[in-house]
Amino acid sequence: MSAYALFKKDLASEMRTRYAINSLAMFIVVTISVILFSIGNEKISDFLSGGLFWVVIFFSAMSGLSRAFVSEEERGTTLTLQLIASPTTIFSGKLFFNLILVFAMNIIIALLYSALFDAFIIKNLSLFIYAFILGNIGIAIASTLIASIIAKASSKGTLYPVLSFPILLPLMLTLIDLTKQAMDGAPFQTSSVELAILGCYDVVMIAASFMLFDFIWKD
Amino acid sequence: MIWKIVLFLLLAFVSIAGIAFPIVPHPEHWYEFPLIMGLGENAKIIFFHVPTAWITVVAFFMSTVYSIKYLRNKDLVDDIKAHTSAQLGMVFCILATVTGAVWAKFAWGSYWSWDPRQTSIFALLLIYGAMFALRSSVEVEEKRAALSAVYSIIAFVTVPFFIFIMPRIMRGLHPGSADDTNAGTVVNFKMNGNMLLIFFLSLIGFTILYYWMWYVGYKSMLFKEKLNKQYH
Amino acid sequence: MSNFELKAETITKVFGRRLIFKDVDFSCKENGIYGISGPNGSGKSTFLKIITGIISPTKGKVTHLFEGKPIDSEKLHNYIGFVAPYLALYDEFSAVENIHFFSKIRGLNFTQEKLEFLFHQFGLFDRKHDLVKGYSSGMKQRLKYIFALIHSPKILFFDEPTSNLDNSGKEKVYQTVRDESQNNIVIIASNEDSDLALCSSVLELQNFKLKTDN
Repeated sequence: MSAYALFKKDLASEMRTRYAINSLAMFIVVTISVILFSIGNEKISDFLSGGLFWVVIFFSAMSGLSRAFVSEEERGTTLTLQLIASPTTIFSGKLFFNLILVFAMNIIIALLYSALFDAFIIKNLSLFIYAFILGNIGIAIASTLIASIIAKASSKGTLYPVLSFPILLPLMLTLIDLTKQAMDGAPFQTSSVELAILGCYDVVMIAASFMLFDFIWKD
Repeated sequence: MIWKIVLFLLLAFVSIAGIAFPIVPHPEHWYEFPLIMGLGENAKIIFFHVPTAWITVVAFFMSTVYSIKYLRNKDLVDDIKAHTSAQLGMVFCILATVTGAVWAKFAWGSYWSWDPRQTSIFALLLIYGAMFALRSSVEVEEKRAALSAVYSIIAFVTVPFFIFIMPRIMRGLHPGSADDTNAGTVVNFKMNGNMLLIFFLSLIGFTILYYWMWYVGYKSMLFKEKLNKQYH
Repeated sequence: MSNFELKAETITKVFGRRLIFKDVDFSCKENGIYGISGPNGSGKSTFLKIITGIISPTKGKVTHLFEGKPIDSEKLHNYIGFVAPYLALYDEFSAVENIHFFSKIRGLNFTQEKLEFLFHQFGLFDRKHDLVKGYSSGMKQRLKYIFALIHSPKILFFDEPTSNLDNSGKEKVYQTVRDESQNNIVIIASNEDSDLALCSSVLELQNFKLKTDN
């Protein structure tokens, strides 16, 4: 499949050069360290630790997910890609790459976070996992679309979080709330509406992205 | 011309009525407003705060509509219309946030408390800000128009989520949200007939004002573009 | 008679405030070599990108037909071969890897024979496993030809076809152009007289006139 081939190309490129992975890994370490240092010896509430978890995820996403489109634009290979694939294929391939990246990144963040923050204890783990999966999909979709937008603009690095935050905000708020509920050990019934919201967000964003990507990609 | 006079009279009446009519516990005359428990005198801000919030949403909607039109026709005039709408939306959004914060101070004691409505209007402010940041970082006109149009549409698509998730999110967070009589929920107010009338007149007046400002705004932008553009 | 047809009608392109060209017509129906010429800045590359379908014109219409039927824009890219100095390849991969990935992304297969034939033809066979990072500009240009031809396109667009090439490279390109023009349409955008000498008709962009040679 063409989109899968594009993903494999990006993966092979990453494996060979390791541009993104190294800096992304360090970024995660640095962000968590900054938070740890700012908190110092203070005890933080469990809810606060849950919120900060998604802060780390948001900024790590902002650091790593724009590479998919920005690297092509910077090297001039956008034209090459336009010559070999349709916009739908391009978006699918890049989205798949970012999906894998988001999951890999966030699993590492989750593991590091639960190891380093005592307050981050989750009682209803399966609720958290459902929210985690649906949330990561949403983050990947929205971030990939915005990445394609900023790749065509200047000052990409600063513009990326500025554009992504309003779009991701409903998702993040729901995720923070679900995390709190999972930490409190709330049963599924009370959280089912929020999970449905996550699912809706994913579906709506993916439909909108595929429809709008053509206008971003073609000049 | 006649519209401008009508608009002026309408807004003048609304402003004067809104501010000057006294609030009494048992209104007997047509120019008196009822006393709403918990609000008292500061209820009058509703005549100005709610319309600004209403206009900012209308402006956002219009901006999205013209963005869709642009993507279909590639006519840069549609982009200018969308941009003008967004500019007005931003102005009214700032007004709505500020009037809302002022009201919050008098009604609840603090300017900002992350109440659902306040958070929603703040999110809208962020969307507008992001749109302008995007526009200023793309030089090529067609690209700028296409990218802003896409962002406008995506942002519009996420707005309904706010409306649904806000009450659910805030329930555990904000102590006063269960019984909030916050700005915008007109339904909670026990407004009597003449208050409602002034309120709707204000709404209509502001809407006409918005339309007029938008019309003047986009026309003047078009002229500026024409003056700048010379083929050679 | 080619089974591919290209029609460009009243193409106008404006970049911001600058008019690049206005009401240009161009069409190809027969197999052969067509030229586009004009001084620097006359919009040759822009026009080429427009008729390839990479950029949209400000006004006018471009139609691509295969066997009389319009080609879906989602599938157009596999009918087209494109070479230009501003085309970029992936430095971190070898020549063969580049071609491999591009073909897989196109969703097309190629035969090993064709691959080796093309690498031999353009004199890159010995270096085919070297990273493109280490290629000279002339070698990159030759690799671009392999990129453009591996999927047997119906219409070829060459922008500045002999840039960065030594004489032997130029000869290989001219040979390829002549061979391909037997069965396909070849369009060349250039200012070099030797390039334009191959063309049966040349569109001159400055004066918007179609000049017929030979």
